[in-house]
Amino acid sequence: MTTVRFIDEFRDRTLAARLADGIAAAARPERAYRLMEFCGGHTHAIFRYGVQDLLPANVKMVHGPGCPVCVLPMGRIDHALQLAREHGVILLTYGDLMRVPGPERMTLLKAKAEGADVRMVYSASDALACARANPGREVVFFAIGFETTTPPTAIVLRQAKAESLANFSVHCNHVLTPPAITSILASASDQADTPAPRLDGFIGPAHVSAVIGSRPFEAFVRDYQRPVVIAGFEPLDVMQAILMLIRQLNDGRCEVENEYTRVVTRDGNVKAQALMADVFELRDSFEWRGLGWLDRSALKIRDSYAAFDAEKRFPLKSAAIADNKACECGAVLRGIREPVECKLFATVCTPENPIGSCMVSSEGACAAHYTFGRARPALAPALADAG
Amino acid sequence: MSDERRRMAGGLDYRHGRIELWHGSGGRAMAQLIEELFETSFDNPFLARRNDQACFEVGAGRLVMTTDGFVIAPLFFPGGDIGCLAVHGTINDIAMAGARPLYLAVAMIIEEGFPLAELKAIVASMAAAAKAAGVAIVTGDTKVVERGKGDGIFITTTGVGVVPTGVEISAERARPGDAVLLSGSIGDHGVAVLSKRESLAFETELRSDCASLHDLVARMVEAVPGIHAMRDPTRGGLAALLNEIAQQSQVGIALNEDAIPVAPAVRGACELLGLDPLYVANEGKLVAFCPAEDAERLLAAMRAHPLGRDAAQIGTVVEDDRHFVQMQTSFGGHRIVDWLAGDQLPRIC
Repeated sequence: MTTVRFIDEFRDRTLAARLADGIAAAARPERAYRLMEFCGGHTHAIFRYGVQDLLPANVKMVHGPGCPVCVLPMGRIDHALQLAREHGVILLTYGDLMRVPGPERMTLLKAKAEGADVRMVYSASDALACARANPGREVVFFAIGFETTTPPTAIVLRQAKAESLANFSVHCNHVLTPPAITSILASASDQADTPAPRLDGFIGPAHVSAVIGSRPFEAFVRDYQRPVVIAGFEPLDVMQAILMLIRQLNDGRCEVENEYTRVVTRDGNVKAQALMADVFELRDSFEWRGLGWLDRSALKIRDSYAAFDAEKRFPLKSAAIADNKACECGAVLRGIREPVECKLFATVCTPENPIGSCMVSSEGACAAHYTFGRARPALAPALADAG
Repeated sequence: MSDERRRMAGGLDYRHGRIELWHGSGGRAMAQLIEELFETSFDNPFLARRNDQACFEVGAGRLVMTTDGFVIAPLFFPGGDIGCLAVHGTINDIAMAGARPLYLAVAMIIEEGFPLAELKAIVASMAAAAKAAGVAIVTGDTKVVERGKGDGIFITTTGVGVVPTGVEISAERARPGDAVLLSGSIGDHGVAVLSKRESLAFETELRSDCASLHDLVARMVEAVPGIHAMRDPTRGGLAALLNEIAQQSQVGIALNEDAIPVAPAVRGACELLGLDPLYVANEGKLVAFCPAEDAERLLAAMRAHPLGRDAAQIGTVVEDDRHFVQMQTSFGGHRIVDWLAGDQLPRIC
């Protein structure tokens, strides 16, 4: 594993410059192009490699809600805190979630410092291994993520059932990408009086599409008349997708195009889909931080796996908990506001002390903007001489 | 009691023996541990005198002093262990002032039940590192805590050294226009340690870069006595170091990503784990800030030393009242290189 090949090929400066020229030539000066990248992975790549610097001023990237940590509402964080603090379980989750503020700015990390047994895992199978190693303790895996992280959760639930593992359960927070994208445009058309700038096109998710395929985006394109280009997470993928979107908009076309053909097919990973269908079913409705309650937008564990469903196994209190009033995470997640337009940004709300969830994960728009994007233009010339 | 006496008579049982509470209680067991393990391994006349302190002459120049605590999981990793790390780390902190390290003191807090064989290996590794560096471990302390109240072993080392007259290296002295020089590739130590973490274990031929840098520093100071600032990038990686210096010196730093050496194995591991090598720990690298006109001479001196073979100028100090570290990316854009918030974590999406 020490050699990972084909990294540089997707980060080549010469190719990037050529694509930048292509984008500059294709973008018509008389109009603006507002394009949303849905996924946190794309947001991260755009900031980390400085992709925005290579785009003309009238091509603007808007950062979407595709960050699993960012869209988890306070009430679900509260469930995690209850499990860890009141039910004495070993609570396992992915790292970023540990810093997300819940009610009264409590976090799992603070709960851990108070003595709760909260542990970070790198994969769902680590959670299962922990349950096997601690037969005398209740072990709960707090599962989050879009369609990318869902199949591994399905696999561990099937394994737990096959082994009749009595001390293991999953608190399921898996959410679905297509309903979220739809919601962003549906709400924009609902609130015609809100001066939300129009989103002209979408960069579709990379890893999520590897699982669900490109087909689910076809209905979206037809219903909302916005082009979608599915792209990989490398910076050249992102730039190629931007060029493809601009060409579609110039031609008046509205299609699902696939830039990420080396991984994504129209039907996706059918085996993974079957696994998910076996273990999970749609929830009627699920709350998203920033987007509100969205119908049929999340998964729950099927009754046949009820013994492994932490929501059924533990009496958890559910309360609607409002976000900080000044926090603009909701508007940021919808692409209506930019992080710097939020009063809390970089003043009260920082990665060390996040108020809103977008400031927590490096995939969140606020954290990415804070960490990578605050460069002052005046300094840019000095960079050219660096080294 | 007869059982205990027999064990004393037979010497430390490295094959099956473990640290017990009485190894830290000041009695015969502790004396035996000190004599058979520490004195024999660290072997120097200061320790042989068995005082609670070491007394030595100091030559001309200013005295430098530092202390560092070492906690690491796992204790043994490719290319090193907590023992040599505790020696290299403190020697490097002294060396970063442009100083020649003289002596080390060591305090160990050991958990009851810790295998004597592992302790022996750690002590041997400390002794070898100190000997290679020409720095004696002249005094020490041992405590044992109950099982469950420690994490195997914690080591603290304290060191003293002397800075030659005329050398004035300090974190607040970087100036706009200074060249930023890095002694070699980044991230080797952090990735080597990660590869052995239980939850993450992966195969790599990568080894920690853990090394004492004082000899390299001596060559550098000889070539350019007017180095402004110097520091070794450990926890928090290169990014933390540059932000610290920018803050202390009230300047900005402009980096060139292309110039920063990263081993292919480190890039590969970081790629898979979703980490950024700029934030990954090192234990045998340094960054020096010097006037632009001295940069080539300093770089040549660094490259002439085995520990600075891959040295490169990675950036320039600029004026910036917000003290940002910024980077021209290999891709052609630019970005901020910020402090790390919390730990670096693998991405979920």
